[in-house]
Parts: sequence; structure tokens; C-alpha cells
Amino acid sequence: MNLLQTLPIAMRALLRNKTRSFLTALGVVIGVASVISMVAIGEGAKSSVEKVFASMGTNLLIVLSGSTTSGGVMGGFGSMPTLTWDDLRAIQTEAPAVRAAAPQLNTRVSVVGEDANWNTQVTGTTPEYFMIRSWKLGHGALLSESDVETGNKVIVLGQTVVDRLFGPNVEAVGRTVRLRAIPFVVIGVLDRKGQSPMGQDYDDSAFIPVSTFQAKIQGGLQKYLAGAIVVSAVAADQTNRAQSEIQGILRDRHHIASRADDDFNVRNLTEIAAAQQQGTKTLTSLLAAIAIVSLLVGGIGIMNIMLVSVSERTREIGIRMAVGAKPWHILTQFLVEAMTLSMMGGLAGVMLGTFVASTLAQQLGWALVMRPDIVVVSVGFSAVVGIAFGLYPAQKAAQLDPIDALRYE
Amino acid sequence: MSIIELTDVTKRYQLGDTEVRALDGVSFGVDEAEFIAIMGSSGSGKSTLMNVLGCLDRPTSGKYVLAGREVSTLDKGDLAEVRNRTIGFVFQSFNLLSRTSAIENVELPLVYAGVGRKERRARSARALERVGLGTRLDHQPSQLSGGQQQRVAIARAIVNQPTLILADEPTGNLDSKTSIDVMALFQELWGEGLTILLVTHEPDIAEYASRVIVVKDGKITSDQKQTARRAKEGVS
Repeated sequence: MNLLQTLPIAMRALLRNKTRSFLTALGVVIGVASVISMVAIGEGAKSSVEKVFASMGTNLLIVLSGSTTSGGVMGGFGSMPTLTWDDLRAIQTEAPAVRAAAPQLNTRVSVVGEDANWNTQVTGTTPEYFMIRSWKLGHGALLSESDVETGNKVIVLGQTVVDRLFGPNVEAVGRTVRLRAIPFVVIGVLDRKGQSPMGQDYDDSAFIPVSTFQAKIQGGLQKYLAGAIVVSAVAADQTNRAQSEIQGILRDRHHIASRADDDFNVRNLTEIAAAQQQGTKTLTSLLAAIAIVSLLVGGIGIMNIMLVSVSERTREIGIRMAVGAKPWHILTQFLVEAMTLSMMGGLAGVMLGTFVASTLAQQLGWALVMRPDIVVVSVGFSAVVGIAFGLYPAQKAAQLDPIDALRYE
Repeated sequence: MSIIELTDVTKRYQLGDTEVRALDGVSFGVDEAEFIAIMGSSGSGKSTLMNVLGCLDRPTSGKYVLAGREVSTLDKGDLAEVRNRTIGFVFQSFNLLSRTSAIENVELPLVYAGVGRKERRARSARALERVGLGTRLDHQPSQLSGGQQQRVAIARAIVNQPTLILADEPTGNLDSKTSIDVMALFQELWGEGLTILLVTHEPDIAEYASRVIVVKDGKITSDQKQTARRAKEGVS
């Protein structure tokens, strides 16, 4: 008598009460299905947040200049240029936790092509910028140091701008576009990047050397950096250090008294990303917790039915004991029954859960991430539920006295 | 050879404040190939005696040697094994598994004895043929008459080649003609060398045994050998 022999006995007992077995397993089916689909949805939310923040830049910090105050109306950060080009160089050289820093001067300009024009965000910057903001080159070339030094009239376009000016699948590199009537040669096209967390189209942008931007687009205010500085920290866990280093350098350079407020602002986007991720993680665990509760409820259903089954089959247990079944034979028989119920429920639950998750993902346009480990864990967990909740009824069966059991009506 | 050796066996229960002596110093021996009827009115202690003899219950004190093995001190698991290998049970209410075919019912002791599937089938089929149900292997208990059900139970009792058959009022639920048929079957098995212990309160059923033990108030009041009355011509 081994476990393999117990299995057909258990199967037959379960098939004898098909409706009841089905309804009992249904509790576990729903439990496992909700674990699978909830975790899949949570993971999907997490991965889309991760993707969004990865597209903003690696270990990103943004330094903005201070605010103007006129008649008590605060202009907001960046409205008054307080950052200088020397500040940028100081951040680049004096902060050990900073890997790279680049200026970011923005304005909206109409870009005129051969037979179309498009108003887009034009950024004046330096070569490091593309690394800091995780831009990948599609084809052609990125801005170079010499472009910045000599103030070349070259431009790197985002995919949306290319589509608008030249149409899709047209080679834009080598063509000329005009910004404020000044011709720029397109030297590169960037890989498509998609949307920002706020829904902005990243690809609707163009990049020119910062020197060219100052001379041809902006004009004036040469001492001050009329925009922001984007910074990449050396590692994700170094962003806080980089932030305080930058604050120290700038306060020192701007001669700010120890109690006075900063005349600039450093934003740590990695921190925001981490907070967001923490949020989705909490959501995932919350969903998983609710799902596990429903799995436990399914387990209690199994225990309930197994107890009914044991008392219904007291006489059968007595007969089995009389002809030589040992207590552990009876124990395993009922345990295997409970486990078969819960494992079958678990497997059906995986199928249902996968179906629900993929349907939801399709209908609602959510990202779907199926984690195979969750599938294994939830089937394993349903087996554990079967054992845990089947143990008590099975033990009750095994401890029956054969004489009483035989006499049971 | 002695199959059963009971020495001063007692069984006491605690019912509330009063102590019930269901068995009060019972001693007797049973030799191989005896056909014994145990008689007594209800409450006499014959059921308790049956349970002790069948290793379903342990005596409070005393010694019980079954087929050369002291069994009064064994634990539940070992007692189950003794029941499986040494004893075949036949009950008044047949005690077959419902919705289970005759042959699967007969196979049950072999399942717990760890006999392989093929051999189990073959031996169970032979046992059913032996009791005259060779053509009803796949019938379920509900499709069989009372007498046929009791034959399935007897087949189940003999399938693992026990040394002892314990029958508890085996004819209690049967009409008198079927009762005689069943008693004839017992006599045949007895003739083949099996030892049979039969508990009954019907004197005319006890007549088919070769020895009658009467129990009253937990004690043996009479123990007499007799010439068994034949249930069927040609059987003795």
C-alpha cells in the first residue's frame, strides 16, 4: 500500500460526489486565479512605472535656477536665472557622486523642412545629455564636443519631428531644416522613446549644440545658464549624495548664508521613481494579500467538506480498518483526497487566472507580466492548503475506533 | 495446533461512575479447524468477546495468544496487520463498500496487504468463484441480494487466506433459507480446514457448529462440543 495506490481511491471518492468536489475545488480555483491575476496586474503596473522612469534618464537629478519675486508674486523655480556656466563646470568637476552633467536650454521653435514645418521643443545642450537622459541614436550621429566648441549649425531630431517634416521611413540625415530662418544640417535621428510619465511625447523634440542655441536662438544672458542642468549620479543609490554635494557646491558658490533658502532647486527623480515603485509594490502586495485570503477561505471550504466526508464515510473507514487498514492508511487516503481537490483547484486556478489576467490586460490596455514563480508558488501553496486543511479531518478519520466506526449508522 | 489461547481475559469500561465488567476472567482455547458458536443474550458480553478476539479491541487484562502470537499488548497499527493477515470478518449487516463492485470489495484486504494489482484481481476472482459468485464480479452491492452480499463478504474474509473467520450474527439479516445456504458455505470452508468462530443468539444456527460456548454476564457458563448438524447433504 503506497501513495500511488491511494490516488485512485481518492479520485474515485471525489468522482462519486462530482458536484460537491467541483464546488469545493472552486474555492481554491478562485483563490489561485485571483493570486495569479492580481500579481500579474501588480507586476504589470510595476514594470510600466519602471519603464517610464528608465526612459526619463539614468539616476537623474535636475538642477533648476531660483524664482523671481515681483510684487510678492513668486515666479517659481527656473524663472530667474541664477545658475551660471561656472556652476555647471563646478558640478561636473567637484562633485564625486556626479557622473555627468549637461545644460538643458529649452524653447519652442518652428522647425521648417522642405515642404512642411513643425513646432517642437528645441534643446540646446552638450553631448553628455544623451547619456544622462537615456537617448539612443537611431542613425547618423549625436552632437559632438567640436559641434559645441565651434557652434556648428547641426541638429539631432526626435522621431516624431522626422515623421512630421519628412514623413515616416524617410532618411532625414543630411537634409537641411531651418530654425528661425537659419539652416541646420540634420546629423542624426534618435531612437523612438515614447511617452513621459505625464503623457508628453519624448520624440517630439530636437537637439542642437548649446553654443549654437545661445548664439542663434536665445541671444543675450551669456553669463547665466537660462535653463536647467541635468545630472546623472554615478549609481542609483548615490543620487542622494549627489544631491547634497550639488547643494553644497551651489550654496557655497552663490554665497548663501547658512539660514537662507537656496536660490536654486535640485530635484531627485530617482527618489520620485523609487517612491512610485514603492507605491506599486505596496499595491502588488495588497492585491496578493487579498488573493491569499481568498485562497485560505478556499482551504477552509476543503476542510469543511472533508469533515462532512469523514463523518459520512465513518462506516467505510470502519470497514477498511477491520480488513487491515492502519491509521496512516486512512490518514493518507483522506490527505490525498484533500490534496487532489486543492491541487486540481490550483491547476484550474492557474488557467483561469492566466485567462483573466490576459483578458484584463487586453481590455484595459494594462501591461501584463506573468511570473512563472508565482504560478509555481500558488500551485504549491494550494497543495499546502490542501494538506494543512485536510490534516485535521484526516486525523479525525485515522483516530476513529474501528468498533464505533463499524457500528456507525 | 492451538489457534486461540485466552487466559483470564477481562474487559472493563467506565460508564459514568459505574464500572462495567463486559468480560470477567474469560479463558478458553480453540484448536485448528474447529467450528465454534458463541451464544449469549444481548448485554452478555459476547460482542465484547468478539471484538477482543477480532483484535478490534484490547483486553483490560489477561493474555490473548492468536496463532502463536501474543496480541493483547499490540498497538493499533500492529493490530490492523494481525486483522489483515490472520482474521477474516463477516458481519450481520455485510459491511460492503457501497457503489463499489463485488471484486473491488473483495480486493480490499489485499490492497492493505500490499499485494500487486494483477495478483489481487486473480485472487479476488478466485475467492468470489469459491462462494459461487464467479459471474457477478462487477456487480455492486445494491445489485445483489442479501445472501449474495453476504457471500461477497465471505469471499472478502477468505481472500487473504486467514487462519480464523470471525462471523458476527452472519445470518441476522437473512431469511431462513438463505441462512441455511450461508451456513452450508461456512461448513464447506470449515471442511477445508478453516477455523470459524460464529457469534449468534439463535440456537438453531448454533446447531451447525461443532462446539458451543455460552456467555453470560461476561463469564463463560457453558462450553460443550457437539455433533454439527449438516446444513446440506454431503457436507460435514
